[in-house]
Amino acid sequence: MPERGEGTIVERPLRLDYDYTAGLAQSRFLKGIAQKKILGERCPKCGKVYVGSRGSCPTDGVATDGGEVDLPHKGTLTTFCVVNVPFAGQSVECPYASGYILLDGADIPLMGLIQEIPHDQVRMGLRVEAVWEDEVGPTLQSIKYWKPTGEPDADYETYKMHL
Amino acid sequence: MAERVAITGVGQTKYDTKRADVSIAGLCREAAVRALEDASVTWNDIDAVVIGKAPDMFEGVVMPELYLADAMGATGKPMMRVHTAGSVGGSTALVAAGLVKAGIHKRVLTMAFEKQSESDAMWALAMRIPFQPALVAGAGGYFAPHIRAYIRRSNAPDHIGILVAVKDRQNALKNPYAHLHLEDISYEKVAESMMIWDPLRYLESCPSSDGACAMVVAAEDSVSGDRAPAWFAGTAMRSEATQFAGRDQVNPQAGKDCAKEVYRQAGISDPRREIDAAEIYVPFSWYEPMWMENLFFAPEGEGWKMTDSGATAIDGDMPINPSGGVLSSNPIGASGMIRYAEAAMQIRGQAGEHQIDGVRTAMGHAYGGGAQFYSMCILTKDKP
Repeated sequence: MPERGEGTIVERPLRLDYDYTAGLAQSRFLKGIAQKKILGERCPKCGKVYVGSRGSCPTDGVATDGGEVDLPHKGTLTTFCVVNVPFAGQSVECPYASGYILLDGADIPLMGLIQEIPHDQVRMGLRVEAVWEDEVGPTLQSIKYWKPTGEPDADYETYKMHL
Repeated sequence: MAERVAITGVGQTKYDTKRADVSIAGLCREAAVRALEDASVTWNDIDAVVIGKAPDMFEGVVMPELYLADAMGATGKPMMRVHTAGSVGGSTALVAAGLVKAGIHKRVLTMAFEKQSESDAMWALAMRIPFQPALVAGAGGYFAPHIRAYIRRSNAPDHIGILVAVKDRQNALKNPYAHLHLEDISYEKVAESMMIWDPLRYLESCPSSDGACAMVVAAEDSVSGDRAPAWFAGTAMRSEATQFAGRDQVNPQAGKDCAKEVYRQAGISDPRREIDAAEIYVPFSWYEPMWMENLFFAPEGEGWKMTDSGATAIDGDMPINPSGGVLSSNPIGASGMIRYAEAAMQIRGQAGEHQIDGVRTAMGHAYGGGAQFYSMCILTKDKP
């Protein structure tokens, strides 16, 4: 094989603009958020409550649009990660804890940022509640972060099937 | 009747942070030429080409298989691209094997690659989703909470992840193709490395690599080369949704189903006893004990005991990743195919310093996406 030299990598940023349509199910959810409501949807077949729903139950394949559930703004942190590495497009400064929040009455967790507690004290089973931005709109960014409620930690048995 | 299928040639590139000496096409060509040489065949002997890589957004080259057709000798031949995220290297090889098994082609060249130095996987995996805050920091950020859940569920001691990281990097020192050759790797080094995605440390995570892997897959009447082939005794793929109520993220059902099917085909009832060596997709240390349970090498909750006792070491009773694994080389799209190629090398006695004596049955495994894609094979020395 002939001797090869080193190539040069030239960076050429490209830009792609696109219009995003939330669709019916996500629009129902986001319109709820704009009114400080967290709306879940119950599957008419298995009865599971989906939040941040795509409008159908992934297990049963049926529409969930008739089963609106107004969920409480608190729940249990099932599991989490403390992020110490910055990445492009990051919305929070490191280190921060983010994890899965299972709202009371929901069967699937939401992803959220955990604050008002030192990140090394964040733990599985921590009870948390939503802290809303002053100005809310149709985006999950209307929930600023989740903070501890002060209640005793949830028993592992109550959320282990959601891990 | 389905054709018997064998791996008759394997080719790997040297894995590195940056292979600035080659283009993507040159990188792929390097692996392909080595696979052809190993099988003692030429481009003319190849009937079709099957290519895999991680999502196009990584390098920003859309449908790269089209521009790679010439470099892969695919001009005028059937060519196919496979997409299954991180498991793609495994799935790609299985699509190639399927085409031969079905009697459609006699000899297929299959190849997978990633050139991470020309891409930004962390960015591609941390895509901004409209109406949501960006919180998940790449693959490590995605998998870390599930690792935490595993540790809680199994009551595994904290040091297990460190043991895996040290073991795989020590194995990599025996593999000339491996990206990471950390001569001074030690328990202390890993333990003291930065906790980047708590509970995952820097040295418990895979590197970003450039590299490609290729294999020649042939029907029984088209087996070639000086070296005996590795036969496919079982092949299986399974997937599941990333999100549904009650999904077991620690021990996913699709992985268990895939393992059961590949063992059924190969006639394996006790994988730990009947498999001599396995190359398992472990991009983050803790996935070794997690997959030991998912693949039925250990009862649920006890995978970590295999790591802790040294059973998964190169001289243990169930060697896992003698090549150094994904923790030592991670050209993402190729990582799954490397598992299969390394399993084939163990069967064919061509693994050099990391060769394990007397391997007659080996396993290749890959997973991808949010742990929702699985691709597995059982390879044997004896014709199935």
